[in-house]
Amino acid sequence: MNYLPILIALLKAVIMISVVMGIAAYAVLAERKIAGWIQGRYGPNRTVLPFIGVIPILGNMLTRLGIFQPVADGLKFIFKEDPVPGHVNKFYYFLAPCVAFIPAMTTMVVLPFGEMDGVPLVLANIDIGMLFILAVSSLGVYGIILAGWSANSKYPFLGGIRASAQMISYELAMGLSILPAFLWANAPGSETGLSLFNVVQSQDQLWMVFWQPLSALIFLVALFAETNRLPFDMPEAETELVSGYHTEYGSMKFGLFFVGEYTHIVIGSGVLVVLYFGGWNFLPGIPFPWPAGWAGGLLSTLWFLLKVFSVVFFFMWIRWTLPRFRYDQVMRLGWAILLPLALANLVLNAILIALFENWLV
Amino acid sequence: MAFKQLARKPLNWAERTYLPQIIMGLKITFWNMLKKKVTLEYPDVRPVIPNGYRGIPTLVKDPKGREKCVSCQLCEFVCPPKAIRIQPGEIPEDSENAHVEKAPKEFDIDMLRCIYCGFCQEVCPEEAIFLQKVFSLSGYSREEMVFPKAKLYELGGTYPDQHYKWEKKRSAAEENQANGHG
Ligand code: SF4
Ligand code: SF4
Repeated sequence: MNYLPILIALLKAVIMISVVMGIAAYAVLAERKIAGWIQGRYGPNRTVLPFIGVIPILGNMLTRLGIFQPVADGLKFIFKEDPVPGHVNKFYYFLAPCVAFIPAMTTMVVLPFGEMDGVPLVLANIDIGMLFILAVSSLGVYGIILAGWSANSKYPFLGGIRASAQMISYELAMGLSILPAFLWANAPGSETGLSLFNVVQSQDQLWMVFWQPLSALIFLVALFAETNRLPFDMPEAETELVSGYHTEYGSMKFGLFFVGEYTHIVIGSGVLVVLYFGGWNFLPGIPFPWPAGWAGGLLSTLWFLLKVFSVVFFFMWIRWTLPRFRYDQVMRLGWAILLPLALANLVLNAILIALFENWLV
Repeated sequence: MAFKQLARKPLNWAERTYLPQIIMGLKITFWNMLKKKVTLEYPDVRPVIPNGYRGIPTLVKDPKGREKCVSCQLCEFVCPPKAIRIQPGEIPEDSENAHVEKAPKEFDIDMLRCIYCGFCQEVCPEEAIFLQKVFSLSGYSREEMVFPKAKLYELGGTYPDQHYKWEKKRSAAEENQANGHG
């Protein structure tokens, strides 16, 4: 039996996971830094590593930027005491962080992040990529609900209930807002279906965001709600629910929720970039100036990452700008505004496409 | 008084989507990011303490090195939380300042009791006790935080003296003696 393909696949997966985990860890740092800057503070700037920290100018600069902070955060999560409250349902209490973490890590499998000689750089280029992401990422909410329920205390419970309600409300709008993008990306009779790679290919001249600004906006808002980011962070809502669904969790179990949340943000930003901001296409009108071969693959990946980082920055920027919605406002926005809007948008686009296909071409 | 009630302008279409407001907010926070930081990085950068700040109370000496306190115990009496404990003592006959007669033998200020009110400084007739600008004290035990006389002088140092009251007294006494009034 030939083990080589399996080994290569394994290696790729490990690299991808480490990169995404690294980005998630640094997203936490970015969050703290941006929070600091917006509030007139410096943010974390004290953590020093031995040897690297004492390099004359560079070490000091890195320390001031807080580059080593995620290491300290991670170690803290691992070495902290890990108390299990007596009133929890042990099995589900331990299961919940894993259930929250695994889907967040799984969605990255189908996310394309670059292109090399016309071949997508992705772990699994499947035709139903978008469907897979929607299906798996919404599994993450089970972790939150389980955490809220198994903790057997009122604040986590409220957080869990809120999470489930919010997830249901915004999943619909999100799904409906994605459809126009795929409708336009796929020529009739094409076989690519819901492939994410194909969506990027179709944006080589015009990014979807300019063509479908409304869909992009609805998707963005729904994405904020799905990732429980600040104007929609109902399940956590520190000022209302202590710290929501993970109130009873400590040390690494909390760390799993935390990293899962930031991984969601990173992957969500990736999906947003793929669907609406042209993926790794350079600029609207200049699709692919990268050279052929691995250099092109690397450059396109870096360009994609740059876009993803900008979106992640936007996430944090929004968080420290907007206050939290009231819970009923979240529900009203989801059901009474976003859902009809997304439906109307879909119908309008379907009619437009029909007209376009039948009379103009 | 007549009130004039102004009707609030109804929100226009753009305002009702809230998007312009959100963009305005984003603009504000963005420029905030680039502003100068207000953080004072404390242990590395010390705040500028204004004059008249009431930090720890200490005893002071005059520029000639004489200890100014005459252990009148007014400060001990006035101190609201009773942080000061004084044991008065005599100044030995052969001392240069024998005419001052008294000086504290023991002078303890319990910094854990002190509320930094400054009454002691206010009440002292000899200008011998002053509140310093030191605002952070730490120690490993309660006993350590009771500062004895030596430590109080060490922290206080010397203060300028405008009067040299006791020197004037001595020269006046000597003059009187010379004039035969003593
Ligand atoms: S410090 Fe001043 S008030 Fe206190 S005992 Fe000495 S002379 Fe009197
Ligand atoms: S500052 Fe106030 S509390 Fe402190 S020693 Fe002086 S009189 Fe007592």
